Amino acid sequence: MSLDPATVRRIARLARIGIDESDLQALQGELNGILGWIEQLNEVDIDGVEPMVGTGHAALRMRDDMVTDGDARDAVLSNAPDAAGPFYTVPKVVE
Amino acid sequence: MMLTELTIAAAQAGLKRRDFSAVELVGAHVAAIERLNGRLNAFITVTADEAMDAARRADAVLAKGEAAPLTGIPLGIKDLFCTDGVRTTAASRMLEDFVPPYESTVTANLLRDGAVFAGKTNLDEFAMGSANINSAFGAVENPWKRDGDADTVLVPGGSSGGSAAAVAASLVMGATGTDTGGSIRQPASYCGIAGIKPTYGRCSRWGTIAFASSLDQAGPMARTVEDCAILLQSMAGFDPRDSTSVDCPVPDYRAACGRDLKGMKVGIPAEYRVAGMPADIEATWDKGIAWLRDAGCEIVEVSLPYTKYGLATYYIVAPAECSSNLARYDGVRFGRRVPAPSLDEQYEATRRAGFGAEVRRRILMGTYVLSAGYYDAYYLRAQKVRNLIRRDFERAFQQVDVLLTPTAPSPAFAQGEKMDDPVQMYLNDVFTVPASMAGVPAMSVPAGLSANGLPLGLQIIGRSFDEESVLAAASAIERAASFTHRPAIRAEVV
Amino acid sequence: MSYVIEGRTGPWELVVGLEVHAQVISQSKLFSGASASYGGEPNTHVSLVDAGFPGMLPVINRECVAQAIRTGLGLEARINLESRFDRKNYFYADLPTGYQISQFTHPIVGEGAVEIELADGSIRTIGITRLHLEQDAGKSMHDQDPTRSFIDLNRAGVALMEIVSEPDIRTPEEAGAYLRKLRMILRYLGTCDGNMEEGSMRADVNVSVRKAGEPFRTRCEIKNVNSIRYVMQAIEIEAARQVEIWESGGSVDQETRLFDPARGETRSLRSKEDAHDYRYFPDPDLLPLVVEEAWVESLASFLPELPDAKRQRFQTEYGIPRYDAGVLVAEQATADFYETVARGRDPRLAANWVIGDFFAALNRTGRTIQDSPITADGLGGMLDLITDGTINGKIAKEVFEDMLETGESAAAVVERRGLRQVTDTGAIDAAVQSVLAANQDKLAEYRAGKDKLFGFFVGQVMKAMAGKGNPALVNEALKKVL
Ligand SMILES: [Mg+2]
Ligand SMILES: [Zn+2]
Repeated sequence: MSLDPATVRRIARLARIGIDESDLQALQGELNGILGWIEQLNEVDIDGVEPMVGTGHAALRMRDDMVTDGDARDAVLSNAPDAAGPFYTVPKVVE
Repeated sequence: MMLTELTIAAAQAGLKRRDFSAVELVGAHVAAIERLNGRLNAFITVTADEAMDAARRADAVLAKGEAAPLTGIPLGIKDLFCTDGVRTTAASRMLEDFVPPYESTVTANLLRDGAVFAGKTNLDEFAMGSANINSAFGAVENPWKRDGDADTVLVPGGSSGGSAAAVAASLVMGATGTDTGGSIRQPASYCGIAGIKPTYGRCSRWGTIAFASSLDQAGPMARTVEDCAILLQSMAGFDPRDSTSVDCPVPDYRAACGRDLKGMKVGIPAEYRVAGMPADIEATWDKGIAWLRDAGCEIVEVSLPYTKYGLATYYIVAPAECSSNLARYDGVRFGRRVPAPSLDEQYEATRRAGFGAEVRRRILMGTYVLSAGYYDAYYLRAQKVRNLIRRDFERAFQQVDVLLTPTAPSPAFAQGEKMDDPVQMYLNDVFTVPASMAGVPAMSVPAGLSANGLPLGLQIIGRSFDEESVLAAASAIERAASFTHRPAIRAEVV
Repeated sequence: MSYVIEGRTGPWELVVGLEVHAQVISQSKLFSGASASYGGEPNTHVSLVDAGFPGMLPVINRECVAQAIRTGLGLEARINLESRFDRKNYFYADLPTGYQISQFTHPIVGEGAVEIELADGSIRTIGITRLHLEQDAGKSMHDQDPTRSFIDLNRAGVALMEIVSEPDIRTPEEAGAYLRKLRMILRYLGTCDGNMEEGSMRADVNVSVRKAGEPFRTRCEIKNVNSIRYVMQAIEIEAARQVEIWESGGSVDQETRLFDPARGETRSLRSKEDAHDYRYFPDPDLLPLVVEEAWVESLASFLPELPDAKRQRFQTEYGIPRYDAGVLVAEQATADFYETVARGRDPRLAANWVIGDFFAALNRTGRTIQDSPITADGLGGMLDLITDGTINGKIAKEVFEDMLETGESAAAVVERRGLRQVTDTGAIDAAVQSVLAANQDKLAEYRAGKDKLFGFFVGQVMKAMAGKGNPALVNEALKKVL
């Protein structure tokens, strides 16, 4: 499988990473180089093999239902690039 | 002997005896940082004043005879660990001004045990890289020089290159690293120091900026195996805030370093003898085998047939996880924002400006392998191959206690080399990635010099949660190798 | 019961499936220790985990898992002892991490069923495909600032159960009945308060149309409809739109739409139109969720009696009609109230009073069972006075109104106002005599064969006794003299 410019644009859009048209060709070349190299996995027989989930064999630990966190608005907003009062902000979203 | 040449073990004893004060010990390192960091660029942020304050408090504690295991010991902290009130950048423009209001579990454990933080060490941006050239704060210089070549600037390896360089040059006594596919072991090898990636789940990931969640694991880097054991003792431990942290007791790592190896079975995986391996690396590996045999180990040939797919698997799984983990850097709640008229334009501008080329490349790669129509062909297949790799290790560890391999296929290379092709760069991790994929502990220990006078490490890989055997075997190699070489650039050289 | 959309080309059948998002009742959020309670100052119920800070990790809340299991059991569904959490990746202003943790491939609850009853008394079973746990998003506010939207993350990370039905629904009425029934079950279980105004229950409505016997055609998903009435309206309007498209030779695009009740239309959500590619993959921060069979059994053993079972029991145990039983079990509180009233008394009389005068009084005064001045024991006490003959049914209504106003017991009201029923035959005979004397003409007509006038005489006697005469004794006395 090899990426065409339209696919590179589509995944950049999905990842919300702006790319200039001038970057496109180099990026396409690099990504195709990596993809070509990882094609080697196609020679592995994976019939009947389960995908790895996590790294251990342990099951998920559950915590008790108690309020132990929150109520720290200042900390939560302390790094916000453009907070307005108690809110984060984004450019106006029109639905 | 100069204070910067001490091991952590020796410094602990000296502090307790009051041979020197914590202020003197930390002061010597801070002075070294001030003198050499401008050149090595090992630190992104130096916290000299805070370190000296902490040293004074350490002396007060020591005076009362209440020393904790690391009281007064100056360390470097990879700038991927969030530190309360101290800027944490992940070497990214995205987090240039990010000051976390929280302390990572690993660094909190070190602080609990009295450690003094001298600053935040440089790394490849978001830990993505093997040469520490992908840092928004500039490349790190390896303090080592090739024989007879004082000019060529070598890379320290990556991604924990700042930590490795700082420890090698004696700017700090030890440092934290993180290892996703070799980011502790490979720079340790390149810089002639020791470093251990413990079992996945041994050190908490809470508060450490994520690269690839199923692989990321914190670990120590220091000049001796015993010092790594001392640091790991503090860093490790169960953390209920990390669902992948494993609740199992932390053994006495320092004691393990002195363990007798008689009867230990050491596996030599045939598949690591790759075509074109440099002769000096092959020779160092053979020496390691001989040393362990002399120490009473039984050497066993083993096979890890899926090892050769480790790297390709890694370059699917890690980018996939990173593409999702790094989605939170969107310019809304923290970090860089490049304002734009619409939300989507703002996302795209922010993430284009905030991430460097390698990070962007990996996010795009990861986005692609997870996208509709490609998930099965890439991500799902890779996770199946990963299971086969893990089974390789499980099978091998039915026969042997540890595996011995080279850490990296080459010594440190020069800045500018291997940089035009991402795949060439990725190949640096060919020996370290398989253990990461399987989650098992692995350590690099300096074992000799290359033909041109650069350090070469050997890697010991152990069973899950058996860091003790890894430390024991590494200590035996360390003793046999009596590696006393020091880098050209270091604190002691004025 | 068939619902047919008459088009120009003939009749069309409606096909609807619902995805209900039900907010789990819990103290804290699904993966963080921040409060899950509604309201609160903006961004105060937010932890660094909820805001997606670097290095923050999710740890699952056991109670949220328990609530999902209880709900699964209540829907008679399969509980999957092993389930997984996946990341659904997309960028949005109120989604802090850039992904929602959800259960895509391995939900905690599998197939189940909900039985609904329709107005004509018919019963249908709607299949449940699955129930999974996932995180809620935050809230965007668009009208505070000319150029910016404001983000409040109080709700981000609160646990939701997404309950997905099979496309078994064929009429708007069935959709309404299904939602009401689902809400009733959730409330009984105590797993979701079902409060649609506060958004704790929202529905995504999947609508398509087809000719009879055809396979399914393309469906549209109408997002986040927040009342049962709107769901029913949206279905009708969307189905009409689709029929119109098919009949004019077009074809329906699979897309996400929004229901605008003010304009009575659904419209395409263009902002979300591009590239739905959520890149689901297992969340590497979480391990598989494994629940012990024994835990499921213990949760099952503490499950309350659910509405269907309760209605069944009310019919057999209390001998009341199916309809009455259905009304009484609509709310757990109502059913409990009724059972308290009925215990040790005439259950039919109790049902008539609870459904009749009591509900009417609550309606009229805008009160709920919880703050009603007449308690179940109070109403029961009044029924006791009827049964033991202290008051008759007519006086009882008066007593009831008094109790409603004063909150006093029935006995106290009867005492204070002297409403005790008269059973003294002497007094009754006297009243009969005076009524007959005053109505000689009517008496003559009666005796001439106009039997219907018997009722008139009963009424007159009761009136003369200010309503307090024992009706049986009055009848008896009249029969004797007439
Ligand atoms: Mg939906
Ligand atoms: Zn959902």
